[in-house]
Amino acid sequence: MSGTFVGMPAFPKAAHEAVGNPTLRGNLRHATHTIRAKREKAVAEVSDWAELREAGKRIKDRTLRRLDHYLVQLEESVVAAGGTVHWAADADEANEIVTQLVQMTGETEVVKVKSMATQEIGLNEALEAAGIRAYETDLAELIVQLGKDRPSHILVPAIHRNRGEIRDIFEREMSEWGRPAPEGLTDTPAELAEAARLHLREKFLRAKVGISGANFMVADTGTLVVVESEGNGRMCLTLPETLISVVGIEKIVPTWQDLEVFLQTLPRSSTAERMNPYTSTWTGTTDEDGPSTFHLVLLDNGRSDTLADEVGRQALRCIRCSACLNVCPVYERAGGHAYGSVYPGPIGAILSPQLRGTESEIDASLPYASSLCGACYEVCPVAIDIPEVLVHLRERVVQGGPVVREGNKVVLKPAKGHAAERAAMRAARWTFARPGVLRTGQRAASRTRRLHPRSLPGPGKAWSGTRDLPAVPAEPFRDWWQRTDGGRSEKGGSK
Amino acid sequence: MSSRERILGRVRRALSDVSGEDAPIERTYLREHGDRTVEETVELLAENLADYRAIVHRCTTADLPATLAGMLAARGAKTVLVPPGLDPSWLTEAGADQVPDRAGSTPHELDRIDSVVTACAVAIAETGTIVLDGSPDQGRRRITLVPDHHICVVRVPDQVVSSVPQGLERLDPVRPLTWISGPSATSDIELDRVEGVHGPRTLEVVLVADQASAEVNS
Repeated sequence: MSGTFVGMPAFPKAAHEAVGNPTLRGNLRHATHTIRAKREKAVAEVSDWAELREAGKRIKDRTLRRLDHYLVQLEESVVAAGGTVHWAADADEANEIVTQLVQMTGETEVVKVKSMATQEIGLNEALEAAGIRAYETDLAELIVQLGKDRPSHILVPAIHRNRGEIRDIFEREMSEWGRPAPEGLTDTPAELAEAARLHLREKFLRAKVGISGANFMVADTGTLVVVESEGNGRMCLTLPETLISVVGIEKIVPTWQDLEVFLQTLPRSSTAERMNPYTSTWTGTTDEDGPSTFHLVLLDNGRSDTLADEVGRQALRCIRCSACLNVCPVYERAGGHAYGSVYPGPIGAILSPQLRGTESEIDASLPYASSLCGACYEVCPVAIDIPEVLVHLRERVVQGGPVVREGNKVVLKPAKGHAAERAAMRAARWTFARPGVLRTGQRAASRTRRLHPRSLPGPGKAWSGTRDLPAVPAEPFRDWWQRTDGGRSEKGGSK
Repeated sequence: MSSRERILGRVRRALSDVSGEDAPIERTYLREHGDRTVEETVELLAENLADYRAIVHRCTTADLPATLAGMLAARGAKTVLVPPGLDPSWLTEAGADQVPDRAGSTPHELDRIDSVVTACAVAIAETGTIVLDGSPDQGRRRITLVPDHHICVVRVPDQVVSSVPQGLERLDPVRPLTWISGPSATSDIELDRVEGVHGPRTLEVVLVADQASAEVNS
């Protein structure tokens, strides 16, 4: 059983611990820098990247604007193609549905394709509680599962592990789960991949139930799409008799043609490839080819609440490419675990507090887990303005206000930790509205400037611990303006 | 209230600020990248396939049986899986035992077969992708997955398109599709690509042309 994110400390605390780990920082720096350069090259190959990005954004927006319509259309298409559609309002309900579906097959083990949605709802843990063993088959997920670890990246959940650590985990843990690691396993990536192939093969060949997510669902045809590299996805999607796909309601695209945009932008953004090695599409069931039973579980779990936020809803355009993680200076240094969610990095910082609400310490701190440098927005293939949403969510945390939680309108109270900030802002507003008071204050500040401390006392201490206080000039600007007639009577002029 | 109604209700309430008709999607992106002759497009396909570690062969229709036989012999394949609608002439010279795909064959049985030979539905030059759609000359999805060696025959230039949009246009969404770009690979160790995980570790693609265009290409 892998670790969970329940009860995570706030981002600053977790990040502080992470940056003190030199192995972690080395691993992250190496991996993110490798992929950054490659992504740039892959994107530069297509001259119409900007147009593809814009089209991707518009297609997703169009979907979200009429999501109810497309959900119903998708349901009809999937059912017409021989699939069964289930609706899950939250994680518990989705876990219950999947558990029952597996139990109905009489099986006690399932093979899984890497899926963010099933990570999000904690499906493996729920299945384990029901006596069903879920085998992760993506290499990185396998590393995380064997290492009793938590994922730290959307695309490469074991990005925080280097090859030496992976070798040690395989050698130590594989025998617990099935076929042991080969004798004398070294840390070359090819040998590690081979070890995973051997370990998982027996599981694929005997599997009766497969569980997946999906990258896209096409409303007008009922087609699901899984984009992958290793072939573990193909194994899980075609060898079992029963396939259960758990997919977020926002993963819809309206038409088959819309895939032409995302099948160009997703591989280049995520693994920096022209095309990923394998993409599987399926529409319901096909006679004598692949699973004879197909269940689609449509998952809300906070998505409709996110949709209710006019600024924040753009986060639902996300296609989980992870390009924003790879360019983020904060992610590169703090690593994925500090974000306390299966969605780390910049997209996680806007998605987790919206899906889960900002009540917990970690979720209230996530909108601040950014320097607002904007690199994430620049690389996003669906143009999510992550800095805009971060600032919006900071405002929500500080000021509170109306939000939708589980379909109900509620009013959030302002966060406690920001009382001093709010008091300072109120004082500033009062002062700026009164020119006389402002002038007196500015003059007093100028005259006493030699006495100013270098850092703030009391609650301001933490703020000034990492910042210089601005120097106060000898004469307030407005006094200077009046004295020199706007600089005209000053020697040397205003230039 | 069912969860279906609950979710749809929440979605509708969430969208209460949204009004008006769907704006049409302006597709200002390119239908294909660059201006190429048919021969250049085939050349680009070969280049991109090779770039992602597929092994590319070229031959004429007349030479195809000998080419396939040579490839299977070089691999040392004793058994070769054959989809039901494969052109029977293709494997007339092959020494390997031909195993027809049966609906009842188990994954374990497929795992013991050395190679598989299929045709394809379409090939995309810009991305170095071959697409299988489960037609009788390509067979069920599992037969190109479990054996460790896949030989895919592409008829050029008929089956080759330049771009992803052109490829999608030719494909039927109702059929189960498998898009293949090189042998199986992973980027999961330090975000660096390594070939050879669960799918066939060797992918060989034969670009087969009739006599005339093969001469132009050579």
